[in-house]
Amino acid sequence: MTHSFRSWGTVPTPPQVSISPSWRSELPQQIHSKRGYLPVGNGRSYGDSCLNADGTAVVMTGLNRFISFNTDTGVLRAEAGVQLTHILQLALPQGWFLPVSPGTAFVTLGGAVANDVHGKNHHCDGTFGRFVNSFELLTSDGVQRSCSPTMHSELFSATIGGLGLTGVITTVEIQLLRIQSSWMDVRYDAFRSLQQFAELSAELRDGHRYSVAWMDCVTPGTAGRGVLMSANHATTGHLTLGQSKPRVSVPFSCPAFMLNRYSIRAFNAAYYRAQLRKTTRVQREHYQPFFYPLDSIGHWNRIYGSKGFHQYQFVVPIDALSALQSMLEIVIASGNGSFLAVLKEFGNSPSPGMLSFPRPGYCLALDFSHRGAKTEALIQSLDARVRAVGGAAYPAKDRLMSAQSFQQYFPEWTRFTQFIDPACSSDFWRRVSGKIGTFAPEAEA
Amino acid sequence: VTEAGTIVVIGATSQLAQSVAQPLATEGRDLLLLARDAQKLSTVAADLTTRGASVTQIVTDLAALDEHPALLASIEAAAEEDWQAAQASLTVNLLAPLSLLHGLANRLAARGSGSLVVVSSVAGDRGRASNYWYGTAKGALSIHCQGLRNRLAKTGVALLTVKPGFIDTAMTAHIPKNPAPLWASSDKVAGLILAGWRKQKDVIYTPGFWRLIMFIIGCIPEKMFKRLSL
Repeated sequence: MTHSFRSWGTVPTPPQVSISPSWRSELPQQIHSKRGYLPVGNGRSYGDSCLNADGTAVVMTGLNRFISFNTDTGVLRAEAGVQLTHILQLALPQGWFLPVSPGTAFVTLGGAVANDVHGKNHHCDGTFGRFVNSFELLTSDGVQRSCSPTMHSELFSATIGGLGLTGVITTVEIQLLRIQSSWMDVRYDAFRSLQQFAELSAELRDGHRYSVAWMDCVTPGTAGRGVLMSANHATTGHLTLGQSKPRVSVPFSCPAFMLNRYSIRAFNAAYYRAQLRKTTRVQREHYQPFFYPLDSIGHWNRIYGSKGFHQYQFVVPIDALSALQSMLEIVIASGNGSFLAVLKEFGNSPSPGMLSFPRPGYCLALDFSHRGAKTEALIQSLDARVRAVGGAAYPAKDRLMSAQSFQQYFPEWTRFTQFIDPACSSDFWRRVSGKIGTFAPEAEA
Repeated sequence: VTEAGTIVVIGATSQLAQSVAQPLATEGRDLLLLARDAQKLSTVAADLTTRGASVTQIVTDLAALDEHPALLASIEAAAEEDWQAAQASLTVNLLAPLSLLHGLANRLAARGSGSLVVVSSVAGDRGRASNYWYGTAKGALSIHCQGLRNRLAKTGVALLTVKPGFIDTAMTAHIPKNPAPLWASSDKVAGLILAGWRKQKDVIYTPGFWRLIMFIIGCIPEKMFKRLSL
């Protein structure tokens, strides 16, 4: 059937054909010799890596069954359409937690692998892919392969962070993290500048499994101020589940005028004051608002209005702090300020995927409401600076990355192309591989 | 109700049945699953076992409530003109549940306890040109349940008739989801079914607003109704 898909950034896209498989046993025949297909999860990627305008989207959310869970070892096997929130519902009451939590629990297991997602513990534990024991990958030739660090290891490495282009991930086995409590001990530290953030982060990172900062990117004069949150799982307290469904929902796209530089500044100032109040002592917080603050608001992306928004997330090396400062100034000057800017220091753990985004350095995530060419020019000028210092931007959040940028950010991309399922493609891939309009450029090579 | 004992799920590989069974599995219940496709049934069984249920599987064609989604869609579509297909639709949607209900009701009545949950449909409340064969089966099923509940009331056995509206499942994947507020997820409907069962309700519409919709549709005089395309 034809579906009007929108990625989480909600920038309007043309309708596309989709199929929604329900059974693993039927999947091989459903994708067999299908040209131009793309497996997609729960549609939480912001840009066009989850869109495939001329092809078929294979929507995997119906393949959402558990296969096994060993409560002694924390090894879980499930179909790829299972969402992280479902895993928490099963495992948390038994003392197990996700080894890596992205900013929302409403992503599928397959999506977490295909984007090699990261979380607030990157400086300690690295990416999600490091906790994947194995997965099964089905390709359009009807062959299903078990991939792990020892079996089909190159295909394993290509598929982790491979943006769904190597075939359909049907099942995944992951190692969960043992916890004693569903509560977090969180400390808050304020900083007035990027330099101060860097010092604080260096001081606190070793004692805390989780670390992330919010930074004001809108108010001239005070931009660069922010609050660093550092946390560990508490060792006492109950194992209680958080709210798994949104409490409230944004019912429709808000009128564009509601988000302007003044309302965003007011929000940032209020948020800063609220966070400052917590800096006096260690707070005990439930894991749900700590890890997934926006999951309690359904369709929060609609606050950006019907034109949608862009997210721009990038990492620059540790020694490029001054470049980060100049990028911050560009953002402030643009007046298209980010509602919530999230800053994090990535650690040294190597990412397992050929196209994994995380690498050592400072990572900043910004969002901009879509104001046409002006916004695109802003993002392109940021991209130029990221390229200049040898950083990278995150494909899962992107819809503007040029082929030149992509190929510089991900130098292994040519090796990656050997592992693409010739029948797979996406809007993102057609753009960054520089072969617009063809489904399988690599098949012709 | 919080009765113990095995819960029999007929047509266990249907999405709604899976959504109903999942929270029951989390409670650690004993589930007896019946379905026709062995491979699918074992997938569902593994899922429910992982969630905490004790699962027994029976692969059977006899129940025949386990319609392959595509089969049901094709039976329904063909039923309009094809008497053979219409008969098949009535067999699957009416005779099979009646036959099973008959046997189960007698056993529960002899025991003097237990409850039956029967999924009928709002399609059985008023015949419409677009799906009246299905409506015929569901309407007859609803009336049968009414009578059976009346009979069982004296024996301590409860019977819940569930009348779902549109549910977003594989069976309805081919239908455009308009207007969106009328479509409910199978999880949502499953939650309402379990709540209705626990509260010992007689008849529930899922979601509840369908009671109002069907009341209004029921009030339209036949002279007008026959000219409408609903």
